Amino acid sequence: MENQTIAVNNGVNIDALLGAREALTDAPEAAQFNWRASSEWINGTHTRSKVEKFFGLGEEQSHREAFLFDTDHPEIFASEDQGATPVEMVLVGLSGCLGAGIATVAQNRGIQLRSVKTTLEAGMDLAGILGIDSDIRNGFDGIRVRYEIDADATEDEIRAVVAQSQKRSAVYDIVTNPTDVWVEVKKSS
Amino acid sequence: MISQAANSATRTVDVIVIGAGHSGMAMSHRLTELAVEHVVIERGSVANSWRHERWDSLRLLTPNWQLRLPGQAYEGTDPDGYLTMPELIRFLDRYAGRLAVPLFTNTKVLAVRPQAGGYRVETDLDDWWCRAVVIATGANNRQSIPPCASAIPETVTQLSSLEYRNPGQLPRGGVLVVGASASGLQLAEEIHRSGRPVTLAVGEHVRLPRIYRGMDIQWWMHAVGVLDERYDQVDDLRRVRHVPSPQLIGTPEHRTLDLNSLTAQGVRLVGKLANVRDGQAQFSGSLRNVCDLADLKMNRLLDRVDQWIDVIANGNAGEPPERFEPTRTPEQNRLGLDLSSGEVSSVVWATGMHPDYHWLDVPVLDRKGHLKHDGGVVDAPGLYALGLPFMRRRKSTFIHGAEDDVRDLAHHLHAWLGATAAGFHSLRMAG
Repeated sequence: MENQTIAVNNGVNIDALLGAREALTDAPEAAQFNWRASSEWINGTHTRSKVEKFFGLGEEQSHREAFLFDTDHPEIFASEDQGATPVEMVLVGLSGCLGAGIATVAQNRGIQLRSVKTTLEAGMDLAGILGIDSDIRNGFDGIRVRYEIDADATEDEIRAVVAQSQKRSAVYDIVTNPTDVWVEVKKSS
Repeated sequence: MISQAANSATRTVDVIVIGAGHSGMAMSHRLTELAVEHVVIERGSVANSWRHERWDSLRLLTPNWQLRLPGQAYEGTDPDGYLTMPELIRFLDRYAGRLAVPLFTNTKVLAVRPQAGGYRVETDLDDWWCRAVVIATGANNRQSIPPCASAIPETVTQLSSLEYRNPGQLPRGGVLVVGASASGLQLAEEIHRSGRPVTLAVGEHVRLPRIYRGMDIQWWMHAVGVLDERYDQVDDLRRVRHVPSPQLIGTPEHRTLDLNSLTAQGVRLVGKLANVRDGQAQFSGSLRNVCDLADLKMNRLLDRVDQWIDVIANGNAGEPPERFEPTRTPEQNRLGLDLSSGEVSSVVWATGMHPDYHWLDVPVLDRKGHLKHDGGVVDAPGLYALGLPFMRRRKSTFIHGAEDDVRDLAHHLHAWLGATAAGFHSLRMAG
């Protein structure tokens, strides 16, 4: 087991993570993070969002570089399709979060991953957002995530890694539980 | 038992044990063996929580052969059965009768604070000064009810599992039971059987079969060493100390109570109660995952049992290995429930309990209100705890778990009293 732990490398620095967990347990203020995005409407249904700065460990932080994301609607909605739809971005976020969790949990459990492939799909009835039927919600009617994972572990061990990743995932929590949202508006001069 | 007249003078004793439940009395038994001078103070009567804070149909989750305290074991005719509460109270009353030291019942501890190198213990009868205090008030003093309870419409009756006795306390109509540990499942079943359709909100839980390969699951957990796992040997102590109690029920039929058996009886499963907003209960979409987690965890335990049988008993057990049906969840999870529609007329909280230390005026609580301790040795000299989750061992909260914990802690306490006795006078002057 000792040897196995040393040999396993999923590219996750588990010692740093466990150290951070220990440190943040004793310093709860430093665990207060604030994530941000800023956006600007371009034209039609096309919006460009930028992610660059965030707050955490008691001070302002920056990504290595600013990341830009274009969102738009597809051409069948008479749009220009300059990027993924915002709802697809939600799937991207969920997948990215679960993937990070899987690598981390596997590393912590001494499981070497060889490949992790995911497909996500979410059903949506447009009668909701188009205001055709008020009984139908705007959002997804559910999300299906399918994993195909090759790793040095039994099927149940792999399933347990994925289950634990869901348990610890921020985006999984955001999509499965209600979140309070404030929207403030002011007229710019 | 002594009924003491109020006395304005401060009384002194070496050790005060707060709480005459099984843990506190076990400690008293051990301290007597070590000739440590002490008294036991109890807010109500012996086994007060078992007597006044449990529902009528409850039986212990552990089989009778496991029921043992230092100096007294189960001697009845049904070692494989599970004691009812009146039977358990008789067992503990008998134990109280053997105590060799004063037991002050109906005496509420109002405050414990450091004083002169020891502790001042104020009660509604006497004030005491002692060198050491053992906190044996248990882990289950208050129901942990989420803040969203205050948003539930007033037309809906709310009851906690501490107050619940039987379904007759509830109005007719649907019931939302929140929580899927042993209490949540037992209450969901008996309330549903009373003709009140139950919706059960299920968060993280621990699934166990009652019987596996011909033996009680507690027998296997004892045999493979799970119950004796120590707090200083587990990977993540914080996590294991917050694991909910396993879904078990003690019945004469030794039957398994799990989410599948409730589904078969018509109980509707929903996800963890996430919030209540505009009269709507909102449930998490995580139901499948919490069920998967519990199924996988149960199977890991069963794997461990099978391996133990292979190694220790050459694979011979009463029954062959078995894997139980995975937990069935609804094809479409219900995410909301209108609490003002009349579909549900009451909410029963089985959301777990936490200790109450409002009387403890010693800076030993963390920001969540839990005692800071190392295996029951609290972060203040001469202060000890008993009966907390995974305090020294996984079995620390079980009745039979008290014996080993009490032996360890009484030993520590005895040594501490001895070590501090010599310099004690000067300490008291300085303090």
